[in-house]
Amino acid sequence: MLEVSNLEVVYNDVVLVLRGLSIEVPDGKIVALLGANGAGKTTSIRAITGLLDVHEGDITKGEIKWQGERIDKKDPSDIVKSGITQVMEGRRVFAEMTVDENLRTGAFTKRGTSKEAYDKVYDMFPALASRRKDTAGYLSGGEQQMLAIGRALMADPKLLILDEPSLGLAPKLVQQIKQIIVDVNNTGVAVLLIEQNANMALSIASFGYIMETGKVVMDGNSDKLLNDEDVQEFYLGLHGTGERKSFRDVKHYKRRKRWLS
Amino acid sequence: MPQMVPLLAQANSAETFLTKLIDGLALGSIYAILALGLVIIFKSTQVLSFAHGAVAALGAYLAAYFVTVINWPGRYFESLPVTLSFIISGFVAVAFAALVGMLIERIFIRPMIGQPLFSIAMITIGIDIVVRTFVGDLLGQGGNLSVGSPWGILSISKFGEIVVPHVFIAAIVTVVVVVGVLILFFRTRMGVAMRATAFDQEAAMAQGISAGRIFALAWALGAVLAAIGGIFASISPRGFGVTGGTAFFALRAFPAIIIGGLDSIAGAVVGGFTIGIAEIMLGHYLAGASGTLGLGFTGLIPYLLMMGFLLIRPYGLFGTEEIRRV
Repeated sequence: MLEVSNLEVVYNDVVLVLRGLSIEVPDGKIVALLGANGAGKTTSIRAITGLLDVHEGDITKGEIKWQGERIDKKDPSDIVKSGITQVMEGRRVFAEMTVDENLRTGAFTKRGTSKEAYDKVYDMFPALASRRKDTAGYLSGGEQQMLAIGRALMADPKLLILDEPSLGLAPKLVQQIKQIIVDVNNTGVAVLLIEQNANMALSIASFGYIMETGKVVMDGNSDKLLNDEDVQEFYLGLHGTGERKSFRDVKHYKRRKRWLS
Repeated sequence: MPQMVPLLAQANSAETFLTKLIDGLALGSIYAILALGLVIIFKSTQVLSFAHGAVAALGAYLAAYFVTVINWPGRYFESLPVTLSFIISGFVAVAFAALVGMLIERIFIRPMIGQPLFSIAMITIGIDIVVRTFVGDLLGQGGNLSVGSPWGILSISKFGEIVVPHVFIAAIVTVVVVVGVLILFFRTRMGVAMRATAFDQEAAMAQGISAGRIFALAWALGAVLAAIGGIFASISPRGFGVTGGTAFFALRAFPAIIIGGLDSIAGAVVGGFTIGIAEIMLGHYLAGASGTLGLGFTGLIPYLLMMGFLLIRPYGLFGTEEIRRV
């Protein structure tokens, strides 16, 4: 179980990005973290995986616990070894290297990774299996996303964090990625899914958090969130079934009033 | 000062050409090995190490020190041939250099991560001065340790009319080292991690690769190659012996990597051989013009080639073409 409590993150000693974020990811569950641009979703992941240093960020308050142990002071490599891996936003595959080599970097923390570990990933992503020796940069967007997920799975994680896996993919591929996430979860891996595509995320998650300006403004079981009037209006683009609605009627103040007061 | 290899065939025959080509390959391989070290450091850390020449001089000094001053391997085994003694000393010197490279990275470069690359380059110039002064002090006034002639390095073998200087062994070592580096980069776990870090540091860290360890490894490897190059430079007939001059000799690795491309392993090797062969060939065929050009003009050839390349192909033969909007 991952527990983030009251996390506060400051960039460059000035920019306060997270102001008291608290979320939980239970073992073996899919949890969705939703929010608009700049809400602090990616920053939360950087804090969890220890990559804040790269961006001159610091945790100034709060703590992160993984399986009961604090990890907010640990190195990224120790965090990966302890069983948390991430699929970064924008895939970030090593474009100059082959598919095989990309997977090998994912297995860096596992010395002497067996052939079975590779086969497991290739079984899951048959599209990659036929292109093992190809340069990763020449794969399509969907294949690169699969490679990024496969690479993260090579470290044999217990918690997989995905940052916008649907970014820039066609709707059909989004469905495919969604199925992959469910499959990964079925092997017992907990998933923290960061998404702007709220519909996709909530359809597979068991629990969801909605972030705004650095903190959680709403949480609940995903059916509850899916049926919530505000979530429907702001994240799912739905409002009153079947009616047409004028932009004049969209009340922007409503969101502030209800969630941040 | 070491003497030029005496030439038997002075006529501009095919044999002379081959002799000169072999000479050029021998010299070029020393440049290539030095350039390879620079490229590995640059590729992994984006830092151009101006301390490379100093580390090369240090390596050369250490190897000579072990053999001639303290006779370190030889004192335990009376009958040890000097060649073997020299090889052992070479390995120890190279190991020392690796340690020095790691220390430089840990003490001076690691705290500078994230700072402008220009500042880091300036630091390496500082390190260069310190290490060079240190080596100069160890050597003493006008110091020059002679390692003698391991493998009869200053002698030659003749195959018909073609003359092969024994320093050609540097070319063989270069081939072995290049193959070793390629195996490291493309076959081993650490090598793949190094390439990943060079390509995208944050993404590599997200895979659990410790960027700090990779940087230390790159600097150690760079220093090892500098030291090997330095040792060969000091025993090569075209080098300056075991003097501070080795540092300046090693600076010719810069033209080599600029010709080959700053971030290309193949480029370092090709660039090194290019300037080595050009230096020897032009030196031979333009020897008649040395009255006009000056006697030391061969030393300028690498830099002239570099300037030409900077004008025509600024990113080198194999370097990554950087496109910037102005």
